[in-house]
Amino acid sequence: MLRQIEGSKAIAETVALCRPEVVCAYPISPQTHIIEAVGAMVKSGRLAQCEFINVESEFAAMSVAIGASATGARAYTATASQGLLFMLEAVFNASGLGLPIVMTLANRAIGAPINIWNDHSDAMAVRDAGWIQLFAETNQEAADLHVQAFRLAEELSVPVMVCMDGFILTHAVEGVDMLDQETVDAFLPPYEPRQVLDVDDPVSIGAMVGPEAFEEVRYLAYLRQRDALERIPEIAREFTQLTGRESGGLIRSYRTDDAEIIVVALGSVLGTIKDAVDIRRDAGERIGVVGITAFRPFPSEAVRAALAQARQVVVLEKSFSTGFGGVLSTDVAMSMRDLDFDLRTVIAGLGGRAITRRSLEDMLKRANDDELEPLTFLDLDHDAVERERERMRKVRRSGPSAENLLRDRAAFSSLPRGGGA
Amino acid sequence: MTRQPVHFYQVGSFAVGNRLLSADDRTVQSLRERTNSIDSGHRACQGCGEALGARYALDAAMRATNDRVVAVNATGCLEVFSTPYPETSWRIPWLHSLFGNAPAVATGVAAALRVKGKSDVRVVAQAGDGGTVDIGFGALSGMFERNDDVLFICYDNEGYMNTGVQRSAATPPAARTATTDAVGPEPGNVFGTGKDLPRIAMAHDIPYVATATVADLHDLERKVERAMELHGARYLHVLVPCPLGWGTASNDTIHVARLAKESGLFPVFEAENGTLTSVSTIRRRVPVEQYLLLQRRYGHLFGKNPRPDIVARIQAMADENIARYGLVDESTESTEVNA
Amino acid sequence: MDTPFAITLGVGTSRANHTGSWRVERPVYVDRLPPCNNACPAGENIQGWLFEAESGNYEAAWRILVHDNPMPAIMGRVCFHPCETACNRVQVDEAVGINAVERFLGDLAIEKGWQLPEPGRDTGKRILVVGAGPAGLSATYHLRLLGHQVRLVDSADRLGGMMRYGIPAYRLPRATLDAEIDRIVALGVEVVLNHVVHDIEEERRAGNFDAVFLAVGAQLGKRVNIPAGDSSKVIDAVTFLHQVAHDDPPLLGRRVVVYGGGDTAFDAARTARRLGATDAVIVYRRNRERMGASGEEVEQALGEGVSVRWLSTVNRFDAERIVLEKMRLNEDGFPEPTGEFEELDADALVLALGQDTDLSLLDHARDVTVHDGAVSVASSMMAGASGIFAGGDAVPAERTATVAVGHGKRGAHGIDDFVMGREPTEKQRHELATFDRLNTWYYADAPRTKRPELERIRRQTNFEEVIGGLSEENALFEARRCLSCGNCFECDNCFGVCPDNAVIKLGAGERYEFDYDFCKGCGICVKECPCGAIEMVPERI
Ligand SMILES: Cc1ncc(C[n+]2csc(CCOP(=O)(O)OP(=O)(O)O)c2C)c(N)n1
Ligand code: SF4
Ligand SMILES: [Mg+2]
Repeated sequence: MLRQIEGSKAIAETVALCRPEVVCAYPISPQTHIIEAVGAMVKSGRLAQCEFINVESEFAAMSVAIGASATGARAYTATASQGLLFMLEAVFNASGLGLPIVMTLANRAIGAPINIWNDHSDAMAVRDAGWIQLFAETNQEAADLHVQAFRLAEELSVPVMVCMDGFILTHAVEGVDMLDQETVDAFLPPYEPRQVLDVDDPVSIGAMVGPEAFEEVRYLAYLRQRDALERIPEIAREFTQLTGRESGGLIRSYRTDDAEIIVVALGSVLGTIKDAVDIRRDAGERIGVVGITAFRPFPSEAVRAALAQARQVVVLEKSFSTGFGGVLSTDVAMSMRDLDFDLRTVIAGLGGRAITRRSLEDMLKRANDDELEPLTFLDLDHDAVERERERMRKVRRSGPSAENLLRDRAAFSSLPRGGGA
Repeated sequence: MTRQPVHFYQVGSFAVGNRLLSADDRTVQSLRERTNSIDSGHRACQGCGEALGARYALDAAMRATNDRVVAVNATGCLEVFSTPYPETSWRIPWLHSLFGNAPAVATGVAAALRVKGKSDVRVVAQAGDGGTVDIGFGALSGMFERNDDVLFICYDNEGYMNTGVQRSAATPPAARTATTDAVGPEPGNVFGTGKDLPRIAMAHDIPYVATATVADLHDLERKVERAMELHGARYLHVLVPCPLGWGTASNDTIHVARLAKESGLFPVFEAENGTLTSVSTIRRRVPVEQYLLLQRRYGHLFGKNPRPDIVARIQAMADENIARYGLVDESTESTEVNA
Repeated sequence: MDTPFAITLGVGTSRANHTGSWRVERPVYVDRLPPCNNACPAGENIQGWLFEAESGNYEAAWRILVHDNPMPAIMGRVCFHPCETACNRVQVDEAVGINAVERFLGDLAIEKGWQLPEPGRDTGKRILVVGAGPAGLSATYHLRLLGHQVRLVDSADRLGGMMRYGIPAYRLPRATLDAEIDRIVALGVEVVLNHVVHDIEEERRAGNFDAVFLAVGAQLGKRVNIPAGDSSKVIDAVTFLHQVAHDDPPLLGRRVVVYGGGDTAFDAARTARRLGATDAVIVYRRNRERMGASGEEVEQALGEGVSVRWLSTVNRFDAERIVLEKMRLNEDGFPEPTGEFEELDADALVLALGQDTDLSLLDHARDVTVHDGAVSVASSMMAGASGIFAGGDAVPAERTATVAVGHGKRGAHGIDDFVMGREPTEKQRHELATFDRLNTWYYADAPRTKRPELERIRRQTNFEEVIGGLSEENALFEARRCLSCGNCFECDNCFGVCPDNAVIKLGAGERYEFDYDFCKGCGICVKECPCGAIEMVPERI
């Protein structure tokens, strides 16, 4: 049933249809609406057979989920940004123990400076935590991915993180075709844990493993992620069969058939990119888009196949590795080993900075003209940066840059929003 | 306040068992068919009080629940010595997640059991003092405040033993650890204000809080049993001497725990819903020296450059406990016998 | 469960790790000799029978008791219980009332009619026992158990020796005495009474005996020369008590002075009180600390109105007046005269200055040595290579009934070895279970149960038994005060305190075993064993 609904609400209701048994939550923007809604459903009895636990920290949230999952309950939680970092130790632990927890990550920048707006720094910080990470392009996909996530997690005993852009998706009200209980039940069987704390069949879960077996444990986890590369598209196909809707899968290509330049990106920005591409196509530029849904496991082969004929690949990322550059770019580059192509990294939308179609068009044009620098910061205010650099050169203790920049911005608010490069 | 009657059967009710005791009065540990929740072959040091305390507590919990106990364990000696791949010593379902999250993991286990309708299965979470009073403190307080149906047991050996005997918030003043060396004018750990977790737990008004030592098995078992009769958040703080960390002889583990109690340094009591309900009075009071002298971690207070001033401060702590809990009860001195 | 590799492990897997290899010392269970057993002149296994009594298995307890001593009801009254002096519990609160429990068991056996064990299979050997006091009766009993035939001869007209003729009835009721003697005789003993043996060799030859046990006692009251008027009544204590026992008490008057400081002196004084003396005064040349009589006996006597003149000797006895000379102890503790005198009104003087033996029957015995009025014996009680054994007051030892009972047992075994042609065997003794071996924390503090004493007034006037027995409840309680020094009593401590579950409980009465596969040798079991029945020994590599 199509409904005009806030993204968070759509997620909450879909999660409820997945019959979670233990939901634990600790509030952080922009995840709050999701867990508030789930909590309300549990409290009202609409979501029966579910324990909703208000914990005292994200670390506890993930820990409660670990305990619940190890006891055979379907466990769910949601967080973002600082919250994800606060639970980080438990995030690794959940995957290490092979517990099929599903978590929504309402992507948000990581401070300092503290910032509640969207980017992908949080998801990227945990890309090696052993979780499956799926990125939603739309609220429809975000909702659908949660159903698939439970299925995938429980089949493989691997936790799954569904990443959706904070505010851009979580707080956007748009049309979402909501699943019904029957459909979800048909798709998602009850949780059959691979290992469980059972008084009638006791085991010790969470042993200390030394050098003699640790590498094997990790390799087995790697193999399970490889398995996921197969199961993700299969599950997506099944989902399509059941709902008639295409959601999930590994990657999605847009107008790449004859593309010389292909833009690669994650999440909701893909919509804007596609718009920009359409416009550039109209101008005769052969540009396409590849959206990556499964960031972990990284679908190297699918990416390589999709990008094989491109002359130039532009990876647009909402995060970056400060001392190096693109994060996703690295993965793309690895996937494209030995192929002859140019790789460009565009860092955009950090801390919620709007990524406008205009800026993207500009950027694509320059790409087409082979003018794009290997590493580009979209819409960077170069003057502000220069002023701060100057100040730092003069005064060793020039104060915190963030504050300085803000002050500059106020003083020079008439300045033009910087161009590319 | 209730007080345990002492039966007079040759060894009274002080020893582990006694062929003359009625079945009801026998400890779980005296039974041939006890669970041995933690099995032989574990790698605890010789004379480890924690290994002993864990078996005492969990076997008692097993009896109290008809063998329907699930345990969650924080990182620490107990976890490391019991489950090095490929060998586990646990005979009960057991889960180790992290150092600081055992209370929360246990909450999750309890929640899952509740939602699954397995109300007969009970949850015990356990951690060392570090996992309890330091890194797990927030999670523990959260579990208390939500009154989750978990019995949390702290095995207090007064330091981070697993990492090589560093100071924790439960390390007593003047004790030497790897991070509080016995040098300088104030050797060993500082005289802080202390972090008395049993009292902090009481301040949460949870259904049950108790302290115990490995030296009084009957008391410990009774407390576990009582804890299992109740639902909601319960806390048991057990003193478990660590031969390695305390520098005690491996055969002194129980002896030194006994002196901790008999000197007044470790008050043994229980409380329900935030109110003290009983104290174990001192049976044969000893000055703190007797306790301290057995432990190399206090060696710098004696010997060539003795520090009677510091010993006196420690004695004052014991005296304060005695006064606070009424640990010396003149009226029991002659009424101990209950033939 | 198909569990994930390495991170999830199955039950029981740690048993593959044999931590026993860490050990440098191993605990072993030992039996140590309890101090009571060690001190018991009759060689009783006191801790052993207390163990059964603690459980309420009174018959089993009694059987262990009579394995060594066939007269527990008697010993439970007259023994001066060195076991209690030695008892480790003294250092906790008070000694266990071993003697009282023994009496309880003895009395219960009489009441229930429990019988002694059957005599052993007949060996065809004939043994002559001379003297039917505690040594002779004990020897007779043990010889019968060993299967030897026994002729028991005594000069008196009834069996019992000093137990009948020396110990007043208020300390040992005759019914009790008779019951325990009868039980021995019932094992099949040829009893010859009113028979004085003049020549032991002659007697042995005539009866064709393979060996002889001599237990003639010390029946002659020592006399000293005390100047006394003709009308002054002077009698020795042995004769006095003998006559009382024979129901023919001499008339001593209202003021009786007893001279001496041993138990016999007190027996005489207390007996005099019961016969009507208003004053019974003991005169003793030393002070109280140096007196031979047992503290209990003194207490009771004082309670009954007997008084004592310490540091005094009897100088002379003029009619109705005794002159005492005061003494003082020199540096070595010996009494020395002071030259100061006192007077004391008296109707009679009873001399209780010790007893002598009459060993004239040995005059013709070839290889028997008599020294200082006592027969020299080996540890087997053998007095001469030809098969003469001796015991009781006739040999150099403390002169108590219990010592005599022990002699009887040892002599019987010595005779057994002798007549069966075996080398005498020395029994291996266990190491002593000293107090420092115990962990007394585990013993509940409990006061000793007092035997109810007859009201003092009653005991002044009749010969009823002074000290009552324990009720069953009290006997049980008292038995349970035993610390079981040096002997496992299955308190489960070792089983419970082992951090490695390396103690295997074998079940009731079977004790425990160490599982050396897992024992790390921490030694907690040793430290926490209440009774010191475990010991660490170095591991041999
Ligand atoms: C988050 C984290 N910090 C530190 C450690 C290292 N660590 C492991 S066990 C331990 C000490 C445990 O002390 P305690 O809880 O008192 O248990 P004990 O070993 O003394 O029984 C420490 C510091 C860890 N495993 N995890
Ligand atoms: S270090 Fe201490 S707590 Fe750890 S195993 Fe050894 S004795 Fe036990
Ligand atoms: Mg510790």
